[in-house]
Amino acid sequence: CNKDLNRLPANSVFADSVYRNVAGYQGALATVYAGYTLTGSQGPASSDIAGVDAGTSDFVRCLWNVQELSTDEAVCAWGDPGVPDFHNMSWTSSDPILIGLYARSLYQITLCNDFITHCTASAESGAKISGSDTVTIAEMRAEARFLRAFQYAVLMDAFANPPFATETTPVGPLSFPKQIQRADLFKYVESELLACATSLPAPRTNVYGRADQAAAWALLARIYLNAGVYTGTNRYTDAITWSSKVIGAGYTLMPHYANLFEGDNNVNNTEQILSIPYDGINTQTYGGTTFLVNSACANSTYTPGSPGYAMSTANYGVPSGGWAGNRSTASLPALFPTPDSTKDKRGIFLNEPGVTSAIANISQFNQGVPVNKFTNITSTGVEAEPQAGGTFVSTDFPLFRLAEQYLIYAEAVLQGGTGGDATTALGYINLLRQRAYGNASGNISAGQLTLPFILDERGRELYWECFRRTDLIRFNEFTGGTYLWPWKGGVASGTAVDAHYAIYPIPVTDLQANSNLTQNPGY
Amino acid sequence: QSKVITGKITDTRDGTPLAGVSVVPKGSARGTTTGADGVFHLSVDKQPAALIISAVGYAQQEVAVGEGSINIKLVAGSSTSLGEVVVIGYGTVKKKDVTGSVSTVTLKDFQQGSITSPEQLIVGKVAGVTITSNGGQPGSGSTIRIRGGASLNASNDPLVVIDGLPLSSANFEGINPNDIESFNVLKDAASAAIYGSRASNGVILITSKHGKAGKAVINFAPQISASYNPKEYPVLSAGQFRTLVNTYGTPTQVAFLGSASTDWQKQIYQTAVTSDNNLNVSGSLYTVPYYLSGEFLSQDGILKTDNLKREALFLSLSPHLFNNYLKIDINVHGSNTDSRTANTSAVGSAVTFDPTQPVYNSKSPFGGYFEWMTNDTTPQSLSNRNPVALLQQYNAQNHALRSFGNIQIDYKLHFLPDLHANLNLGYDVARHDGTYRVPANAAQNYNAIPTLRGQNNQYYNNFKNKVLEWYFNYVKDLKALNSNINAMGGYGYYDNYNHNKNYPSISAANDTIPGTTPVYPTSFSEVTLQSWYGRLIYTYNDKYVLMGSIRTDGSSRFAPKYRWGVFPAGAFSWKASRESFLQDVHWLSDLTVRLSYGLTGNQDGIPYYSYLNYYSLSGNTNQIDFGNNYSNFYSPSAFAADLKWEQTTTSDAGLDFGFLNNRITGSVDYYYKKTRDLLATVFVPTLSNFGNQLTRNVGNMKDEGVDFNIRATVIRTNNLSWDVGFNVGYNKFTITNLTVSQDSLAKLVNYNVGGINGGTGNTIQVHSVGYSPFSFYVLQQIYNAKGQPIEGAYVDQNRDGIINQNDLIHYKSPFAPFTFGFSTSLNYHKWSISTVLRASVGNYVYNNAASNNAVIRNVLNPVGFLENAPSSILNTHFYNNQFFSSYYVENASFLKMDNLGIAYNAGYLAKNSYNLRLSLNCQNVFTVTKYTGSDPEIYGGIDNVLYPRPRTFTLGAKLSF
Repeated sequence: CNKDLNRLPANSVFADSVYRNVAGYQGALATVYAGYTLTGSQGPASSDIAGVDAGTSDFVRCLWNVQELSTDEAVCAWGDPGVPDFHNMSWTSSDPILIGLYARSLYQITLCNDFITHCTASAESGAKISGSDTVTIAEMRAEARFLRAFQYAVLMDAFANPPFATETTPVGPLSFPKQIQRADLFKYVESELLACATSLPAPRTNVYGRADQAAAWALLARIYLNAGVYTGTNRYTDAITWSSKVIGAGYTLMPHYANLFEGDNNVNNTEQILSIPYDGINTQTYGGTTFLVNSACANSTYTPGSPGYAMSTANYGVPSGGWAGNRSTASLPALFPTPDSTKDKRGIFLNEPGVTSAIANISQFNQGVPVNKFTNITSTGVEAEPQAGGTFVSTDFPLFRLAEQYLIYAEAVLQGGTGGDATTALGYINLLRQRAYGNASGNISAGQLTLPFILDERGRELYWECFRRTDLIRFNEFTGGTYLWPWKGGVASGTAVDAHYAIYPIPVTDLQANSNLTQNPGY
Repeated sequence: QSKVITGKITDTRDGTPLAGVSVVPKGSARGTTTGADGVFHLSVDKQPAALIISAVGYAQQEVAVGEGSINIKLVAGSSTSLGEVVVIGYGTVKKKDVTGSVSTVTLKDFQQGSITSPEQLIVGKVAGVTITSNGGQPGSGSTIRIRGGASLNASNDPLVVIDGLPLSSANFEGINPNDIESFNVLKDAASAAIYGSRASNGVILITSKHGKAGKAVINFAPQISASYNPKEYPVLSAGQFRTLVNTYGTPTQVAFLGSASTDWQKQIYQTAVTSDNNLNVSGSLYTVPYYLSGEFLSQDGILKTDNLKREALFLSLSPHLFNNYLKIDINVHGSNTDSRTANTSAVGSAVTFDPTQPVYNSKSPFGGYFEWMTNDTTPQSLSNRNPVALLQQYNAQNHALRSFGNIQIDYKLHFLPDLHANLNLGYDVARHDGTYRVPANAAQNYNAIPTLRGQNNQYYNNFKNKVLEWYFNYVKDLKALNSNINAMGGYGYYDNYNHNKNYPSISAANDTIPGTTPVYPTSFSEVTLQSWYGRLIYTYNDKYVLMGSIRTDGSSRFAPKYRWGVFPAGAFSWKASRESFLQDVHWLSDLTVRLSYGLTGNQDGIPYYSYLNYYSLSGNTNQIDFGNNYSNFYSPSAFAADLKWEQTTTSDAGLDFGFLNNRITGSVDYYYKKTRDLLATVFVPTLSNFGNQLTRNVGNMKDEGVDFNIRATVIRTNNLSWDVGFNVGYNKFTITNLTVSQDSLAKLVNYNVGGINGGTGNTIQVHSVGYSPFSFYVLQQIYNAKGQPIEGAYVDQNRDGIINQNDLIHYKSPFAPFTFGFSTSLNYHKWSISTVLRASVGNYVYNNAASNNAVIRNVLNPVGFLENAPSSILNTHFYNNQFFSSYYVENASFLKMDNLGIAYNAGYLAKNSYNLRLSLNCQNVFTVTKYTGSDPEIYGGIDNVLYPRPRTFTLGAKLSF
């Protein structure tokens, strides 16, 4: 009769059934990728993590808020918890979006640790896996190591000193992971990437949406470019080495910049190194590109000739969507020769009647520059595949693409890194300019290729792709008063902010749960 | 040389012969029962001192035996729940032997009027018990808290036991309140601990009406009620709204103003009619007392389109066989409920919909209802929806079948009559299914793709709960020792099984919404409990009572190692008034001192399987694209392998008193509850589990308070009587610890709770050490000289020059420290008048409807529509939402008159052939409060415009024959 107390959940399995064969391992690896794609496993309103609204809790949405709303590239009309704190630069350790990015990254690391544990030799033999399956599983293990290194790199950039655990810490029993210092974490991420790069599939040979060697090289190039910030020691030569490897791996720029951020950007994309794939039906989330597209638009009621303002979500491929949140400050279009795409086609800003680029009140969505870069329209100009409700988006988010590697190469050369040369650097930059202008009219000369130009060019090429905060910090323009943009520090004209805001605080939820953690300075 | 004693037993009221009455010689175990004519023949060996006459529904009598036939008249009274006997867990005790804090409310003290759910019968009647209806929707239920509750994330609902059948949850669906005879509320651990595992939040024992010996009595009680919304949520009138838009709006926004003057709240509410007809028959068929009742209820909601129809049946049979050696109690309840539930989002929408717009617009493609649109065919996706359309274009049909009941067999062993064996077999099954239909032309279910508009969805679930209990009970008078012992021991098995069918979402055109096809067509879950329990009550000299009990429970929610919990309790009572030094104090009729201490457990309300590390397949909208090959993935859930019972210790010291021959009676109790190993959902260290939050055993909470109640018969003459009852409850909660961590950082822990409307993920409450659970966590508002709040001006608590989360303060709690109840009835000849008043003092409510909507930014939406604002905007003139302003945390203390009634009891008419009683009643008569919303009584303290609790007038009759 006591056996009646052993009740088991329906429609569920235990680890030994999951890790039984290659298909099971693949299902579990999908879980690891789901960790940075979705918010949860049971619909777009479910979440794996707590302390933040479920729909806000995915990786891209949190990362975007953290990397873009804190800069000159974006403001948000919403009063949602934590959101105004980014452009006000007044965030605290209880900011739910910071909790979201932190817990999401660490959740994915936990999934990676668990997966890697199950990929050890003993687990495989227990599951009676042999032959070519062993190789497949070893490749999957390398992918999990890459994703773990990627998430640690994000934490290193945003929070500097996160808690740290590898597959040697079992998941489940209560434990209190130790904190790792930023420079030590750099060493760990570097060594993991160097190690897993050899086991990953060769560039452009893995299934779309999964990591290959080039992804690991691209991330190495990215962290070496920022090594001075993370460790105090510049590694520009290494940045040149690894970006060159990526550039040499056969990727080419897509002919049209706009197509990189459209509903069919997964099709024949020669520039993409690694994306997070989304689908309006099968991969639904209120984060990801669904967030990027919907939060940037709204359907407004407008009568031509009257002083209202016009905006249609149909321009963004989400006829039933539109959340009226994000747009840019006037600083972003100011980087372009004209505040639109007439010359530089990368400036995808809408100039709608009734919209002002100056922002008197952040909560008014018609103040600020509408950004039409991410859309759910396909390259042929139709809405991406039919989907429920016209809200969820099928556009993939680019984590690594070739253009960034060109920019890394050029910047590292200008910074004095060896192994590259200025002519090649100029060539790479002009490849980007030629695509942007459609011809050579925008090309620059060797003399024009300066570090400030690189920062601006990164703004033009990579805006809204989660780079801006890191870039401004590397150029020492994020905190302090050297560079002011509208609403920096919560003031319309911008104001200087304290240097400690260059590193985000460890969220209070984890500080309280784990006494091994120490708060970052200034919070 | 045997002898036969003969006699006849009749009812005092009308002289009808009573069948099935037990007649037993005093001091013996063997007796007889009366036949249909009320006559008995009892063979005895020797002349007994007296006969003990007992029958269900009548007070027991002891009759001296003389020569010849005896005529005995029995006085009607209820069965076990009334008089000197009190129902406790697994048995009854004499009232004088009660050692714990037990409150009894019987038929005559119930709330009157249109009562459609059982718990409403005792609102305001028991000190320390708060019952908050979840709003005015028919069938919406209530939240019941006994002494505040003991847990954070596990359940705080009391255990409900109906005629010995423990229900799996405090679910009163389909139960006809007219079938209930009495409630016993076990408040302290010593009385409740015998229910061990589920007793931390108190126990409510409900006794149904049962058949009485004697001829059949038929009661017919028709009742008709009219209800209406007593108070609208205060919003701007069309005129005030126009002024506001003209003052602050751009010319475009002004152009959006309509020419109508619509009171949207008037448009959605109606005067609702309820008819409730009860018919019951009770009596005795041969020797089997029975009670059979039927109810037909049809209740309209005051929100248009709301209706609930219920047919309920209840049969109880209580045969006593073999001279009462074998008592069988059979109870079967069945109900069928059909309801159409209104779309309650209309309640909030009516508060914010533009009052200058008309209900209908002939050009509208949305069924002719005015809606905000972005062009001729598309509704504005960010605006609210026409409240009338939300109601009329939404049709939710629900069907619920429920049956529960039990058979309880109590056998007094022939060779040892002091020992009873009791077997209780019970069941509770229900099935719910229904459909949601919204037409394709409704704006509320708009889709860009025409075939995906509207909805045609269905749901289905059922549950099956099983109960098996057996126990032995030994009761013995030890005359030589001047003692009595009452020992009980037994076993219980409880199984709850839930089953759901999963359906895709279907559009009005019967197309499946892409991605909504469920991965599994069905899902089920099951939780099982097993228990062993025992209790010993020792009474000495009728003055000192000592009680000890122990229960051990095993729950399938925990791993085998942590599965079993042990829950002991002890209590002592001293009948001081029986001491010789108080015998001469004539005005003192009763004085009893009670002390008790006990440990109870809790495991309800947490996930069923959270100790297990299992993986579930993701849903079909959660697939991962591996090169256009979408695959579902295995998602692990966070788990705590060492999860165990939450434990509450309760100490209770009480005093029962009676004065002036018990014309004034009452009791006062002090209690102190401490819960440890709280089942709390807390943050756990990242990287240690699959998720950063988990339900674990962490922290402690304490809860202390005082219950006081007094009843008095102020006047008692032949024609006039006046009764008064009054109770007070005081309760204070504090969280004393809340962390998984090892050290002093624990003091800082704040868990955000209390999600509010407005923005995504905003919360207004917090669990913090040193404060009440669900304390409001806000910024301290600064006011101008006129007393109006200044937008964005808050006290910079940490003086860092920035107003942010670090400046939030704990400010008040939604729980009332003081609750009061007052009941009185005045009877004069055949007339009686009665009322119930209830007050709550010191509870606060966050006015979310105001904080979310009473801002100019919301009134004048830049994308091109207007929304109305709650009247508080006239005081604040806030432009942007100030969600965290302490201004919105309002004092919601209130005094309510729940009930005012007058009744005329015509008595026996037409040569005693029938009895007639007429009554007129008003419920929810008035509310006195400073709260600025529509109703201050909001469980949980976050007001998003409650479905109004109606004011109801009821005309009722009761005909007995």
